[in-house]
Amino acid sequence: MGDTSLLRTPLYDLHVARGAKMVPFAGYDMPVQYPLGVLKEHLHTRTCAGLFDVSHMGQVRLRGPSIDATIQALEALVPGDIAALAPGRIRYTMFTNDTGGILDDLMVTRFEDHLYVVINAGCKADDLAHLKAKLPADITIDYLGDDAGLLALQGPETADILSRLLPEAATMGFMSARTATIDGIPVQISRSGYTGEDGYEISVGAADADRLARLILAQEGVEAIGLGARDSLRLEAGLCLYGHDIDTTTNPVEAALTWTISKRRKAEGGFPGASVVQAQLASGPARRRVGILPEGKAPAREHTEIQDLSGNRIGEITSGGFGPTAGGPVAMGYVDAGSAAVGTPVQLIVRGKALPAKVAAMPFAPHRYFKG
Amino acid sequence: MTIRFTKDHEWIKLDGGVATVGITDYAQNALGDVVFVEVPDAGKVLEQGKDAAVVESVKAASEIYAPVDGTVLEGNAALGDDPSLVNTAPEGDGWFFKMSIKDMAQFEALMDADAYKSFTEGL
Repeated sequence: MGDTSLLRTPLYDLHVARGAKMVPFAGYDMPVQYPLGVLKEHLHTRTCAGLFDVSHMGQVRLRGPSIDATIQALEALVPGDIAALAPGRIRYTMFTNDTGGILDDLMVTRFEDHLYVVINAGCKADDLAHLKAKLPADITIDYLGDDAGLLALQGPETADILSRLLPEAATMGFMSARTATIDGIPVQISRSGYTGEDGYEISVGAADADRLARLILAQEGVEAIGLGARDSLRLEAGLCLYGHDIDTTTNPVEAALTWTISKRRKAEGGFPGASVVQAQLASGPARRRVGILPEGKAPAREHTEIQDLSGNRIGEITSGGFGPTAGGPVAMGYVDAGSAAVGTPVQLIVRGKALPAKVAAMPFAPHRYFKG
Repeated sequence: MTIRFTKDHEWIKLDGGVATVGITDYAQNALGDVVFVEVPDAGKVLEQGKDAAVVESVKAASEIYAPVDGTVLEGNAALGDDPSLVNTAPEGDGWFFKMSIKDMAQFEALMDADAYKSFTEGL
């Protein structure tokens, strides 16, 4: 059965044992859904708690002669304000190229003596080569590789559930991280995720990953959730998927990610493509990533053409499908700046037919991050 | 009443000159949760193996092909309100459309229930 050329995460046996449907994703054999099915997995995560295996993503620790030197080195590659991070705090940012295009998006955690970054599975090799080529020689790049697993526990009940195993989890701030021990297993835990819900991401040694996952799944209310629901959850939350909504042809301004760039970094630049980004910040981009809400029931998928009401092409859907929580089709894509205002009527060309839709505010399901 | 199956996992059931078409339990299971179905309007002329309807799961859209040549008599309007009928009753209330058959030889040449069972077991 299994394709032997595919890599396996430390939870492979667990997925198979739970009856997951396995599919190739970014070189890994990953669970796209469990017997519960994408729809119920999605809704369960929105109402209770879901456990995702995201061990395919890349975890990297960067260590230089000092934390300040490491921060300065990373800031030369990303527009995010890493220097403003207090120890134990996390920020979302992206690697840019010389024209401001996005090479990958990533999460950066500042610890006392090093930075920890999580990069996309499909970009790992390129990102590591990029870091090696661009970071000063005195910055050590420690790629955790197959030595580490990564679990995401997401949903409104996750704080209650995880605090049974780790009482201090309940009071952790959103976008903060710390090291901890769960039933004797050393972990690094952050309050963050990719669903729009409250939740945690837990980095754990590969040898302990299976036991930790089974321990979490044994808690009442937790279901295993596959990549199918992960995609519909992040789409409803308005979050970008690299290679679809953002790539080297889109820059952070067009992608509506300027919120990730602080006042200081906008003013100072100092990251690849800064002049392009600064120029677009000043004059506005020619196109923008927006939410698109079809008025009917037909989903509009990636690459669907977006037209104005006169039939002129104004852009393309980059992610689209059925939103189980929204109860209908939802999408995002790029449109010409003149058509980017919320409420602008557009039409989507689906199987040759023009279907009515509107530019809509995202998220499609309200974010419910922990604000404690 | 006679039922036949295609290699694309459609079933076609002939009852008194009217054929009803849907997808098999095997197909709905492979598709996962169905969230949208587009059925053809009455009067549409169908050609064997060509697009006849569309079924979308949370993840993807799939074409449903005409099992034989003929003309659409009725699309299943119930699927507009409740596309999940395709999952819960694929060979019952989750039917896609009814059609007339132009050439009975095409129908007879399709797989019968035993042949389809062997076909899916070999996949």
